[in-house]
Amino acid sequence: MATLIIDGQEVHAEEGQTILEVARANGIEIPTLCSHPLLEPYGACRLCTVEVIRRGWSRLETSCTHPAWDGLEVKTRSPAVIEARKVLLELMLSRTPNVPVIQELARAYGVTEPPYPVEDPQEKCILCGLCVRVCRELVKANVLDFSQAGIERRVGPPFLEKTRQCIGCGACTIVCPTGAIEIVLANAAVYQEKPLGPTSAIWVPSLQAVPRVPVIDTDACIRFRQNDRTDGETADACGACQMLCEAGAIDFTQQDEIVELDVGTIIVATGYNLWDPTLLSQYSYGQSPHIITSMEFEHLSNAGGPTSGQILLSDGRKPQRVAIIHCVGSRDHNAHPYCSRFCCMYSLKHAHQVRDKTDAQVYEFYMDMRAFGKAYEEFYERVQEEGVTMVRGRGAEVEVLPDGQLRVKGEDANLGRLVQVDVDLVILATAIEAPHDADRVAALFGLSRTEDGFFAESHPKLRPVETNTDGVFLAGVAQGPKDVPDTVAHAGAAASMALALLDKGEVTISPQIAVVDEELCSACKTCIVLCPYTAISFLEDKNVAHVNEALCKGCGTCVAACPAGAITGRHFTTEQIMAQIEGLFRMPIPQLAEGVSP
Amino acid sequence: MNSTGFEPRIVAFLCNWCTYTAADTAGVSRMEQPPNVDIIRVMCTGRVNPVFVLKAFAEGADGVIVSGCHPPNDCHYQEGNYKTFRRMPLLEMMLDQYGIEKGRFHWGWISGAEAPKWAQLVRDFTEQVRQLGPLNWKRQIESKE
Repeated sequence: MATLIIDGQEVHAEEGQTILEVARANGIEIPTLCSHPLLEPYGACRLCTVEVIRRGWSRLETSCTHPAWDGLEVKTRSPAVIEARKVLLELMLSRTPNVPVIQELARAYGVTEPPYPVEDPQEKCILCGLCVRVCRELVKANVLDFSQAGIERRVGPPFLEKTRQCIGCGACTIVCPTGAIEIVLANAAVYQEKPLGPTSAIWVPSLQAVPRVPVIDTDACIRFRQNDRTDGETADACGACQMLCEAGAIDFTQQDEIVELDVGTIIVATGYNLWDPTLLSQYSYGQSPHIITSMEFEHLSNAGGPTSGQILLSDGRKPQRVAIIHCVGSRDHNAHPYCSRFCCMYSLKHAHQVRDKTDAQVYEFYMDMRAFGKAYEEFYERVQEEGVTMVRGRGAEVEVLPDGQLRVKGEDANLGRLVQVDVDLVILATAIEAPHDADRVAALFGLSRTEDGFFAESHPKLRPVETNTDGVFLAGVAQGPKDVPDTVAHAGAAASMALALLDKGEVTISPQIAVVDEELCSACKTCIVLCPYTAISFLEDKNVAHVNEALCKGCGTCVAACPAGAITGRHFTTEQIMAQIEGLFRMPIPQLAEGVSP
Repeated sequence: MNSTGFEPRIVAFLCNWCTYTAADTAGVSRMEQPPNVDIIRVMCTGRVNPVFVLKAFAEGADGVIVSGCHPPNDCHYQEGNYKTFRRMPLLEMMLDQYGIEKGRFHWGWISGAEAPKWAQLVRDFTEQVRQLGPLNWKRQIESKE
């Protein structure tokens, strides 16, 4: 523990701290441009110059590099310090006359005009080396460095050329105090300038996220990207979040793991995917930042979203006119013939939100308004009363005009004529569809799927959560499109079905099982390899096959195969089926009266 | 009814989980199909002993259908349809040896979601068997005895 005096105030310092750190910890401000808490001190900008008095000798030192030794006396605002900083700022302002942060600092020290000739008024770099250090120390990409010397000194990649070493992380642009570095996207079309989406590699998925903790996007995180790119050689790149997290909550060693559990019942609640609206090119999705899906609008309108809930265009303007198009990809034989069911209601909600938050005129293009639930019709009426223009007819086309304005064309079936409206923002209520890997999930659990791709329930009316696989239940949109109340009800039903099964503690098996007549069994063992459930074993002592009643599902494959006819499939015995066939031909063919169709 | 006045009788062995469900849905959905097909439900097409098909022809059927779940993964019993896949081609060869035309026996796969496909099969197969005319296998067998 060292004790020193800064501006007449007695302060204490830990071993290894610098004067700058101690001053900051005690609320004493020292200007600096080139220091960063995660990077080694460098002393490049020299603005943190202070007067250090030791054993009666006074010297000007950079406080970011000078250790906080015991017994020092430091003056951060003595006339000598002020004069030194003023000289520095005169030089800086002459080098970079148009950088706001430099102008501001200079003004604070009484420098308003560059006192020396300005060589390049566009110059922004003050050669502080923050970018060089962040690239080397944190990112470990070693792309940026100083080159040349003296007045030619500059920062850049080797030979100032594009390099594959650069991973485009943007750390240099973030640390640069003067905004001298810009990231230029080689393929700008990929990154639409939308006011949407996460802005860093670590973020909280949403305000309502449970648990409400940040996640690291390993595709964007510098550490993971450097690790992947160098096959693990630079496994310790960046880690800024870990260094800054006071709770020590960040653990890069966590791995995805597969946990095996023995369970009694399974509820399949795999949900849905949003349909990709680029598949119907007439909606021009992707051609303008102002054509967005409903999900993107939700993100935009969310209080925790990128605009704190304000409905803004990508250039920061408020939209004047907004079109909402229903049934994009739903009820359309070029995409999905089924109704996605909940889009009508959320589109009405979006119209309400736009009316509530902006003065924009809203045009709602719909085919039929499916306000099917409790209080939904009333909400529909309320939104109409709020002044939303309802256009009955599918929005046929969205055109991006040369000036960026959007033109929506469609037919108003009530008026019986074609309509078009120029708007600033188009919201597409896109269809939902079964997840792309639904076939694999179906194969895994022995589920079947209905024509629309969602999982099939046992019976459309009477067994809506059961599947044809015992103990496997469906919940929510995995079974078919549902809104939130329906999903909650369906999931509740699935949970109680599952619990009922668990609570009972025993399984009722179907009586349709195979039994072996031991008198007839010839011990050929044909049946044993046929059984997919390994329900048939061979009793060596009796020399006969035996069916385990708990394992047998009653498919009857072994019954059909038994050469001795020793296996009977209960309820589907050979005699019963033969009798059915005979019975068919004992009955006269029912004759229909002339002109009556069956 | 066509000009000959012949209405074929067709027996279909359908598995409980796929084609029977499809046939049920086709009926509930009021899909148009001729009334010539009589369905016998089995839990799995793997249960269909080839003897059943022969029995149906012997009893007087003019055509027989065996239909279950699509391979590879649709089978409710994991692999019952594979057993059918193995048995039915052999049965086809046997029917050929008995002099029963190929067009009188159909085996294949229709999932529970394919009700229109079932209705189409019933329409097409009935018409196909109608064109082939009566089998009269039963009478042939009886006359030889």
